[in-house]
Amino acid sequence: MAVYLTGFDDAYDQFERMRQQMDELFGGWSAPMGIRNMTPGGFPAVNVGASADRVDAYMFAAGLDPKSLEISLQQNLLSISGERKEDIPEQAEPYRNERFTGTFRRVLTLPDDVDPEKVDATYRDGILHITVQRHEAVEPRKIQVH
Amino acid sequence: MEERKEMKPQEKREMQARTEREVTLRPPVDIYEEPQGITLKADLPGVSHDRLEIQIDGDTLTIEGRVSVDMPEGMEALYADVRATRYHRNFTLSREIDTDNIGAEMKEGVLTLTLPKRPEHQPHRIEVRTS
Repeated sequence: MAVYLTGFDDAYDQFERMRQQMDELFGGWSAPMGIRNMTPGGFPAVNVGASADRVDAYMFAAGLDPKSLEISLQQNLLSISGERKEDIPEQAEPYRNERFTGTFRRVLTLPDDVDPEKVDATYRDGILHITVQRHEAVEPRKIQVH
Repeated sequence: MEERKEMKPQEKREMQARTEREVTLRPPVDIYEEPQGITLKADLPGVSHDRLEIQIDGDTLTIEGRVSVDMPEGMEALYADVRATRYHRNFTLSREIDTDNIGAEMKEGVLTLTLPKRPEHQPHRIEVRTS
């Protein structure tokens, strides 16, 4: 098995490794359902990850005007709302209309130790990436035994 | 190290099979028709220009894209709606589409494909002669 795994790893370029890391992190992993979670297929889809010093939220929301987004963080409750407008010309004959249009709002419960003063948001390639720093005290500390 | 030797053919096949079984995301699309042609819009959030592949093979149109996002070291998942990183969807084109002149534009994760009709399939006005 070890032979297979190393061989597999070597065959991948750096991007593939990163993608695999993301697949392992989010794929098939059964996260507990929060009280504010939406039914699957809701807009926008969200992934949330935590590391020692920060929490990262990724909203899969293509085709938005970042200026139209309302983002607020109250204690550890992150709310994002916005609107995606219909862009099919009126005189066109529509065959499929699967893409979400209208107003949306999502509320995410982040870990308790996030610092509401240290938030950063970027929008790139249709993903809204929100980074919130955690209070320093929570970072693991080495405790000396005297 | 002994473990770092070349993969055996059987292992290569296993790897290939594993790649083919990969879970994919089905991007939602809007498709509409206008007199000049058909427009297809697909939501592919997280896909940049260079991670997008559009292929036309005969009358089959394939859209494929790979998600790339910045992730810090040592991140653990707390919650995930999106559990795969590859978008994939196929469409069958009809004969009147001029496959040599398909236009593609990618903006903020939305792909817009313009599929023009061949000139002979575009509407033309028929004059009614009056005597």
